[in-house]
Amino acid sequence: MRIPEQIRRLTLVLAIIIGSTLIARFLLIPRSLVSEELHRSSTIQRELAKPVSFAGTAMCQGCHEDVASRVRKGFHKNLSCESCHGPASKHAEDPGAVKPFAPRDRKFCPVCHGYDPSRPTGFPQINPTAHNPVKPCFTCHNPHDPVPQRLPLACSACHAQIQRTTAVSSHALLQCTTCHTVPAQHKGTPRRALPSKPETREFCGKCHGVAASQKDAPKIDLTSHGGTYLCWQCHYPHLPEGRG
Amino acid sequence: MNKRQFLKSLLLLFPAGGFTGTLARWAGAKETGKTGADAGAADRRDAKAQGNGKYHPDRHWYGMGVEIDKCIGCSRCVDACKTENAVPQEPFFFRTWMERYVISKNGEASVESLNVKSKAAREAGQEDAEVLRSFFVPKLCNQCANPPCVQVCPVGATFSTQDGVVLVDANRCIGCRYCIQACPYGARYLHPQTKTADKCTFCYHRVVNDLLPACVEVCPTQARIFGDLKSKASRLVRFTRMNKIHVLKPSLNTEPKVYYAQLDGEVR
Repeated sequence: MRIPEQIRRLTLVLAIIIGSTLIARFLLIPRSLVSEELHRSSTIQRELAKPVSFAGTAMCQGCHEDVASRVRKGFHKNLSCESCHGPASKHAEDPGAVKPFAPRDRKFCPVCHGYDPSRPTGFPQINPTAHNPVKPCFTCHNPHDPVPQRLPLACSACHAQIQRTTAVSSHALLQCTTCHTVPAQHKGTPRRALPSKPETREFCGKCHGVAASQKDAPKIDLTSHGGTYLCWQCHYPHLPEGRG
Repeated sequence: MNKRQFLKSLLLLFPAGGFTGTLARWAGAKETGKTGADAGAADRRDAKAQGNGKYHPDRHWYGMGVEIDKCIGCSRCVDACKTENAVPQEPFFFRTWMERYVISKNGEASVESLNVKSKAAREAGQEDAEVLRSFFVPKLCNQCANPPCVQVCPVGATFSTQDGVVLVDANRCIGCRYCIQACPYGARYLHPQTKTADKCTFCYHRVVNDLLPACVEVCPTQARIFGDLKSKASRLVRFTRMNKIHVLKPSLNTEPKVYYAQLDGEVR
């Protein structure tokens, strides 16, 4: 059978087009234009090259150990330095030239401590218009170690979350002081005088041991129950299970 | 066009293609500082160094925990995020933002986003006898393990990294806003200067260098917790063990990696 001349030419032209497309796609176009993997790694490189504004508390502690150790023992122990002082990586690079922001304004503290009904119970809040107007906050409160001017009346003022948890548990009727001995200073300087915690299995056994006089507490045999584990390694005392 | 003209212009195509190819190769070499033939190899080495350096992305799987009971709605996280990531200061551009939920006694829930600009002058929530409860919810990109935004991107500009962070390649993004529509959490926005999609990266440039994301760093009550889900000792793993955890819109199967504790049922 004879192949017509037009078909042969057309086949030849098509072969050239396909061949040149393949050459262009796999030889001429550099890999960096088409490789997904390279695009991603270059995006990651660009992302990593971005400047860091917040240096991190660990960096601050390197030089300001005195302030940091004081903060760690007060109510502001969980605050990062840069929560109040603003981004300080430039200061960390050149401490002499760039000073971090130091809040002096009365508007600054109420951003956290102004009264707002949506804030969780137990978080210390004031009414900024009625609370010693005109005076800046730091005339009475040292932000590195804030001490409330009036001491909290109940444990739940600070430990609201534990109070809420315990309130729905079978330990609801127990006072905090049943298990914790609280030194008087704990209310003013909480980290410098910590309340005690139970240390032995026998402590829980005073109510939960077989010989205990407590009538409605579930009883266990301390010698056979739980081996050498301490009670609170399995039971959370603020929300003990096992009542059914 | 007759056949002769067609074949003539076809002949011109080959030198033109070769020329374009050489140009592209030359441009690629300029970028990496290598000669044409080395360009591809250099790129491959860079990609390899990513895995062989001291940071191993495959050994991490990042997530964030948010404890609603601790959040005081001070919006310092929102401010810090804008500073750290050069997000435009004006409202409506957020990588992370703060919502106040107010649930009234008739069961209606209202949500407002706290405005950073008017934050100092912001009025505290109203004390209202009709309010049953109200609380703050910080929101951010959920860095989904199964991200809808990645699926819809027509040019493949957004992708999940090995350590579980969804990133946007600003050089490839064409600004079509499809991902912004697709995100069920509203976590993306179009950057007004670059005109490309932008979103929370978990502060990838900080996290890789062992720093906390800016929002976690400044949170005064530690309502935000950041950690590596592949490390059993991380704070986040402990957080997920000690709390009852919810994620946003679990029915969408996006497998979010922002875990909320004490989340109210009204939160969407």
